[in-house]
Amino acid sequence: MRYEVPKTLEAAITLLAGAKGGARVLAGGTDLLIQLRAGRAEPELLVDVKAIAELRSIEAAAGGYRIGAAVTCMELIENAAFAEAWPGIVDGVKYIGSIQVKGRATMGGNLCNASPAADSVPSLIAAGARVCIAGAQGWREAPVEDFVRGPGKTSLAEGELVVTFLLPRRAPRSGDAYLRFTPRTEMDIAVVGAAVNLTLDDQGVCSSARVSLGAVAARALLVPAAAAALIGTRVDEAALLRLAGAASAACKPIDDKRGTKEYRIKVAGVMARRAAEIALQRAGGKD
Amino acid sequence: MARNHVTTTVNGDPVEFLCETGQTLLEALRDELRLTGTKEGCGTGDCGACSVIVDGRLLCSCLMLAVEAEGKAIATVEGMADGETLHPLQRKFIEHAALQCGICTPGILIAARSLLERNPDPTESEIRYWLAGNLCRCTGYHKIVDAVLDAAREMRGA
Repeated sequence: MRYEVPKTLEAAITLLAGAKGGARVLAGGTDLLIQLRAGRAEPELLVDVKAIAELRSIEAAAGGYRIGAAVTCMELIENAAFAEAWPGIVDGVKYIGSIQVKGRATMGGNLCNASPAADSVPSLIAAGARVCIAGAQGWREAPVEDFVRGPGKTSLAEGELVVTFLLPRRAPRSGDAYLRFTPRTEMDIAVVGAAVNLTLDDQGVCSSARVSLGAVAARALLVPAAAAALIGTRVDEAALLRLAGAASAACKPIDDKRGTKEYRIKVAGVMARRAAEIALQRAGGKD
Repeated sequence: MARNHVTTTVNGDPVEFLCETGQTLLEALRDELRLTGTKEGCGTGDCGACSVIVDGRLLCSCLMLAVEAEGKAIATVEGMADGETLHPLQRKFIEHAALQCGICTPGILIAARSLLERNPDPTESEIRYWLAGNLCRCTGYHKIVDAVLDAAREMRGA
């Protein structure tokens, strides 16, 4: 197995395109090293992308943010301006493993590992984030909700890599939040995750919303019906009840050791409702 | 297979070693540099026994490749004492009997040091959350948290 540390995106793409025996991108490595150790990944080449400036920077761009795919969770958590703008994304990132794991793990890796329970993905979907992808055929962008195809499967073509996440301009009176249900508070994997991102008009009426659920289907879901339950309301009790119902209705979960189908469906509604209440508070709608 | 040549700094000393691409930093520390204070527990980043600090960042050395250490500054438990003088955290761990079998101790000492460098006055709850990635199967954590609180107090001169 060879190891390369390209300094530019072009060099990384050339290396990925030229690898005959299979190549893997190495960012934080917190999933990849476990796969290598277990023999589940046997690439001929590792391309360490941490020396490429575009993948390592957090930039305010066009009123929004451009986040490098290899920015670590701790770097994102410690960026006060970003946490102020997108607290719901930081909620999700904080849940990813221990302090040690967050010191290495990245949102790009969390997305590309394609776990249905990935903690940073529902918030990115709710935020309307787009993922920027580069490869030998050029550059493309996709909404985060379209990127993962199923457990362990992404829409990346051979030789492509995720470069950055683009977050849109934040309207005034906006707030987002992510909550997950786990039996313990740390070092666990979501039984259900729910992210809500909403904007209020100057009358306190919800003018736009996006809702996403994790760990209740083969991939994180965008749930337009749940968002529709909030839009046009003051996010009052009736709206929250409809939101919870729509969230539960969207679930297509599996039974596993972390929870049964019935349990996940019920808890998804509860988590979505609680996330909406936090998002509302962050948008300045309630004390 | 060609081995990778790595030049790095461990506890302030420049070192060089050869490693396979698949070798972890933990393996290089223990098997190439004979710094066996850093322990292997799970090998999957769940237990924290292999915690080290790389360029100021706390991480699991089982989840970093040795080749990635090129040009980095690594701090391990071997660098905590100043000659025969123990670091306050080490002394407080002994005073509070915050260890039994000792396998988790080097990782917890390094993780606690990393916390106190960022936050010299952590609450009990902050200590418990920061150390959530360091498993101890002997102590029940209480004495560990007491020792970190006491060391923090002493280091602040309070």
